[in-house]
Amino acid sequence: MRDAHSEHFPGPIHQPPLASNVDAIQPHDHEELPHHPKLQHHFDDMAQQVEASTLGMWVFLVTEIMFFGGLFTAYLVYRYINPEGFAEASHHLNVTWGAVNTIVLIVSSLTMALAVRSAQISAPPKTQVAWIGATMLLGATFLGVKAIEYYDKFTHHLVPGPNFHWEGKHPAPAEMFYSLYFCMTGLHAIHMVIGLGIMTVIGFMAWRRTFDADYYTPVEVAGLYWHFVDIVWIFLFPLLYLIGGHFTE
Amino acid sequence: METLNYLNNGHGLKSWLLTKDHKRIALLYLVSITVFFVIGGFFAMLVRLELLTPAGDLLTSETYNKMFTMHGVVMVFFFLIPSIPAVLGNFLIPIMVGAKDLAFPRINLLSWYIYVLGGVFTLVAALGGGVDTGWTFYTPYSTAAANGHVITAALGVFITGFSSILTGLNFIVTIHRMRAPGLTWFRLPLFVWSHYATSLIMILGTPVIAITVLLVAAERGLHLGIFDPALGGDPILFQHLFWFYSHPAVYIMILPAMGVVSEIVQAFTRKNIFGYSFVAFSSLAIAIIGFLVWGHHLFVSGQSVYSGMIFSFLSFCVAIPSAIKVFNWTATIFKGSVCLDSPMLYAFGFIGLFTIGGLTGLFLAAMGLDIHVHDTYFVVAHFHYIMVGGAIMGYLGGLHYWWPKISGRRYSEPWAKFSALLVFTGFNLTFFPQFIAGYLGMPRRYHAYPPEFQVLNVASTLGASILTVGYVIPLIYFAYSLFAGEKSVNDPWGARGLEWEIPSPPPTENFTVSPVVTEGTHQYVHPNQEVGLA
Repeated sequence: MRDAHSEHFPGPIHQPPLASNVDAIQPHDHEELPHHPKLQHHFDDMAQQVEASTLGMWVFLVTEIMFFGGLFTAYLVYRYINPEGFAEASHHLNVTWGAVNTIVLIVSSLTMALAVRSAQISAPPKTQVAWIGATMLLGATFLGVKAIEYYDKFTHHLVPGPNFHWEGKHPAPAEMFYSLYFCMTGLHAIHMVIGLGIMTVIGFMAWRRTFDADYYTPVEVAGLYWHFVDIVWIFLFPLLYLIGGHFTE
Repeated sequence: METLNYLNNGHGLKSWLLTKDHKRIALLYLVSITVFFVIGGFFAMLVRLELLTPAGDLLTSETYNKMFTMHGVVMVFFFLIPSIPAVLGNFLIPIMVGAKDLAFPRINLLSWYIYVLGGVFTLVAALGGGVDTGWTFYTPYSTAAANGHVITAALGVFITGFSSILTGLNFIVTIHRMRAPGLTWFRLPLFVWSHYATSLIMILGTPVIAITVLLVAAERGLHLGIFDPALGGDPILFQHLFWFYSHPAVYIMILPAMGVVSEIVQAFTRKNIFGYSFVAFSSLAIAIIGFLVWGHHLFVSGQSVYSGMIFSFLSFCVAIPSAIKVFNWTATIFKGSVCLDSPMLYAFGFIGLFTIGGLTGLFLAAMGLDIHVHDTYFVVAHFHYIMVGGAIMGYLGGLHYWWPKISGRRYSEPWAKFSALLVFTGFNLTFFPQFIAGYLGMPRRYHAYPPEFQVLNVASTLGASILTVGYVIPLIYFAYSLFAGEKSVNDPWGARGLEWEIPSPPPTENFTVSPVVTEGTHQYVHPNQEVGLA
């Protein structure tokens, strides 16, 4: 029965009159061109490889939006239920530190963009590494400030759990606010640490003269990730630090 | 001298554990999900054995709770969700789009290791004392009260989620960027379309369940108060976040199976699918509408009546693209030259069982009726008709259809037909009585029940035993075929598609010459022409 099928329906390649949906004879146009040393075996050409890598990072960032989205939803729901409690709790965050960190991150996005640019124009490795290093320094500064803030919250018994202590009118929503505060900024900080790890590798590759105008996808893709983590903070800063402005004693 | 293919190109454990070949990674997944299927099946058998008698005599209620929890966690997260995408999708998508591999082969291997790591966490939780929250991890029970290793199990689910995310990401980029010249979107096999829709759910839904179970673990371990009512937290928020993923997750299980059935139905009727673009877009429609129906799990959780009405309406809407598929398969079979080979038997099983599962889903989407059958065996029967009757029938059908391609060998067709019938019979005997028991009021998740339900439960347990035999037989003849099976030709079924153009098993890089496609990859000759040729 089955053998009969294969006799009646041979593959289109072997019997053109039946169907010719695949033409295996024509070779690829691209195969004449010399291969870039960084071209992986399963891609046809560099353009396809670059498109795949950047699309991959964009899709990954979509998953990141959904990942943070769960927390933002929780924030939205609880702030809607307890607007006053959240304002009171937010009032105890240090807006100055938050603002400093916002500026630090925005500047780091600039240095990141310049790092990508320096690779795109085949700038010398020193220049590329300098911009990557500056980005990392700013990232580390952000984490340092965040550590000071966390320490401050710890000494003031603002870490949720048995030791949480609140003097104000809304202790329960305040503890909820600080639960969200630590989850959201903590998750963001983990992303910053991962970003620093990625930038270390990228910096090392730049030092080894990996990137030039023909090949800079890793810097570009790392840059997309870095900008994304910055943008998350741009949303966190007003939602966590600035809503305290609504608070009246 | 045997020709070089992906199976004999490199030997030894290292050549498998460090492989970046999508076909070998598919086999790594095949072996590991089979292990989890056996583990999950073991838990299910203990549940069914306990329910043989009305009294709770075999297991204590606590052990019973752990058994159905571990059955659910293992089967949902470690078998059903990866089953077709990670095994058949991994193997076939690069070949079907005419590529040498997925876009990110290293990430593909990474996703398997992440899956295994998540599985280890879950097994540690199971062996270390189990979890009794149900696979849904509902708060505040999971955060404040439940005994057992909730944190370990939740982390297992969290970790495995990333395996699913990376697989979806890889598929989307591959389908967008790796298609062979001439292979336009509307020449793609429907299997690829359904995996594209599945991947959308994987990348949009899975991160939400990841953060949700992470919050449960954090609340339990670090005493944060996200879902804790004492701090003004809302356990219902957990249900919303949980079902935002977990309802679409059902479509992660069923959409790839629908893709498989679309392929099988064309191959074994020798016809092009009826209404290609409708079938293709219905996959996307299911994926998109599927994200807007989660509230039908919360009809009795205190959700407002107005949200309930909207969720109810949207849940009914999913029936439209689902029905389009069923009608189009039926129209394809109509007047086709139907061959009743084993993959087609599974496809027929799928169409029938999915129809029952889908129609009973409409009962549950109706708010009034749902209050009557909520948390009864009616719900259990309904989702098993979709997940087992649908997803596993599709998985087995696909495995039978592509086994000659994967292994290069033929399995015993008579045994395959026999086991397909056994699975169909055993399945219906297991789950149909549960519709009746549930409608009569038997609640789910109890280890004891009133004696009047015993006849139905004995039938169900008997069916489960038959089903087990039906699942074990393929395991044996597939394994046997690897050593003693007749060698398969490139296209043993006379099917169409790029995967049937290349040798069985395929060479490591799939195509020696990159294909250029000039028309749809599934052009079947009109059945009447067959007569002229013979």
